[in-house]
Amino acid sequence: MTQQQALYNYALRLGDNSLILSARLSEWCSNAPFLEEDLALTNMALDLIGRAQAMLKYAGEVEGKGRTEDDLAYRRGERDYYNHLIMELPNGDFAYTMVRQLFVSTYELFFFEELQKSTDATLAAIAAKTLKEVKYHHLHAKDWVIRLGDGTAESNARVQKAVNALWMYTGEMFEMDHADTMLLKEGIAVNTDNLKLGWIQMVTQILALANIDLPADGYMQTGGRKGIHTEYLGHILSEMQYLQRAYPDATW
Amino acid sequence: MEQAQETLLREFEEKIECGFAIEPKDKMPAGYRKHLIRQMSQHAHSEVIGMQPEGNWVTRAPSLRAKQILLAKIQDEGGHGLYLYSAAETLGVSRDELIEQLHTGKAKYSNIFNYPTLSWADIGAIGWLVDGAAIVNQVSLQRTSYGPYSRAMVRICKEESFHQRQGYEIMAKMMAGTADQKAMAQDAMNRWWWPSLMMFGPHDSDSPHTGDAFRWKIKRHSNDELRQKFIDKTVQQAEVIGLTIPDKDLKWNEAKQCYDHGEINWEEFYRVIGGDGPCNKQRMEHHIRVHNEGAWVREAAEAYRAKQQYSKNA
Amino acid sequence: MTADNQLDVWEVFMQSKPGANYIHAGSIHASDKQMALQNARDTYSRRGEGTSIWVVPSSAIVASNPEDNGMFFDPANDKIYRHPTFYVMPEGAKAI
Repeated sequence: MTQQQALYNYALRLGDNSLILSARLSEWCSNAPFLEEDLALTNMALDLIGRAQAMLKYAGEVEGKGRTEDDLAYRRGERDYYNHLIMELPNGDFAYTMVRQLFVSTYELFFFEELQKSTDATLAAIAAKTLKEVKYHHLHAKDWVIRLGDGTAESNARVQKAVNALWMYTGEMFEMDHADTMLLKEGIAVNTDNLKLGWIQMVTQILALANIDLPADGYMQTGGRKGIHTEYLGHILSEMQYLQRAYPDATW
Repeated sequence: MEQAQETLLREFEEKIECGFAIEPKDKMPAGYRKHLIRQMSQHAHSEVIGMQPEGNWVTRAPSLRAKQILLAKIQDEGGHGLYLYSAAETLGVSRDELIEQLHTGKAKYSNIFNYPTLSWADIGAIGWLVDGAAIVNQVSLQRTSYGPYSRAMVRICKEESFHQRQGYEIMAKMMAGTADQKAMAQDAMNRWWWPSLMMFGPHDSDSPHTGDAFRWKIKRHSNDELRQKFIDKTVQQAEVIGLTIPDKDLKWNEAKQCYDHGEINWEEFYRVIGGDGPCNKQRMEHHIRVHNEGAWVREAAEAYRAKQQYSKNA
Repeated sequence: MTADNQLDVWEVFMQSKPGANYIHAGSIHASDKQMALQNARDTYSRRGEGTSIWVVPSSAIVASNPEDNGMFFDPANDKIYRHPTFYVMPEGAKAI
């Protein structure tokens, strides 16, 4: 693998993570528990689409085959998508969505803090902008998880259920492969192995405030980074890509 | 007593006549309050229910840009519903009550949202025609006599200004595209044109609330006046991009300096208001389901707050 | 607490740029302070309208009564000596 290929993969994965999570968050539009939260969820979805756009555009540039961000988003099959599995899982209830937001945004808090320092100027610039958005996503998710965890017996049970269900999808975020190691040597990539401790400490602290038990260590699901997904991703893509696939000659 | 009521009404109407805005704590006739709550809540419900037909295409928007625009636009509609609920709340009715009135069918919302969005061109048609019709009405309402309503409308008009343009852009792009795209755009035009004209309500001669609403300056222009304004500006826009308006009687009236148009199907209008539109049940079921599914979240938020206050006081 | 509670009403004040007055932007619903601030942000600063936000529970706002307008505000109308234009300055005096 050349460095160019590694960088293409790197930007693509980051783009895919944002794109697929934005797809899930945008499903909340007109479905939130009350109007203000509907607006909040859409704001987060919009941040994520913006980030996906920037990352995929860069991936296309690095690849050098003239593919645009839309080509990459709308004309790739599911085996060529490289997002973490946690992003594609169905929204579940509001507790499930907020717990996912907490797990992901806590990770991203640490990740983009580091990526800001990347020797790749484009990645560093996107990371700096993203970090501000992620800080807010984290604040919003943290407050909700605590509120729901420490709310009623029902809301506490729902948060606990979500934490238990999502836990096995958190390990994948910290995986490193050959491409990552290659870019790490150049100071381009983030060493996600180093983020694990900070993540677990912060999540533990927040879940404690929410009266939620941390799940026991167990098997961690993996595969997204290699294009092996859950059954859910194909359905996201078949809806998302419907017009582009059905009318390949059209521009919209 | 009766005399005091009459004095009150006279003073109120003099104030309106002089162009003063009415504020929440001002004395106002019961009829004025009632009319406003009905109109503002209907307007708020329309914004919120209107999120559904457009929401139907969020997951299928054909580009990242299109998806961003659509989401931002639907979010605005939600925000506008929120501003209008808030304006209604200044008259002493709660959002709870307003939503209950919607669910029990006591309060209405705009008929237009009882029609389905069947292709991507419908998203263009909604922005261009439906929001185009709405904005004609909303611009007029910026000068409505009730302060909180007027202020909400000023903010709404400012935010709405991109909605019509994005819809027209979608239509223009499709009309410049493939044969399939053109067919979709014309089909959307055919289905949305007449319901858009119905948005302005019955002819002035058949509109039951017109009298008070005008005297009290809640309403500033008549249904027919606003409808005419919409038609006159839209015909040219359709021509520019090559869309045909599905009305064989539509023609320029040189003497009146405006377009004459064919008769609106009022039977359909009243049928849809009566509940038998294509999506009435679907829209209401969606809203009730989401409201009920969110109940535990709102309860939890209240319970959390109560605990925080308790521990602070302890 | 009922199942269809829509949370409390808060008033939102936005500062459009540093140093400017806080101006009433509108209202939002929220159950606690943090949520109120975030909901205000998500509702009223979507187009870069603000650099700072205040939220106040609506129930904490005390408003004057329109019936009191006469005694509250009219007495200030004839105190023209509070305005600089009331005073006659000698011709030729500068920077005053």
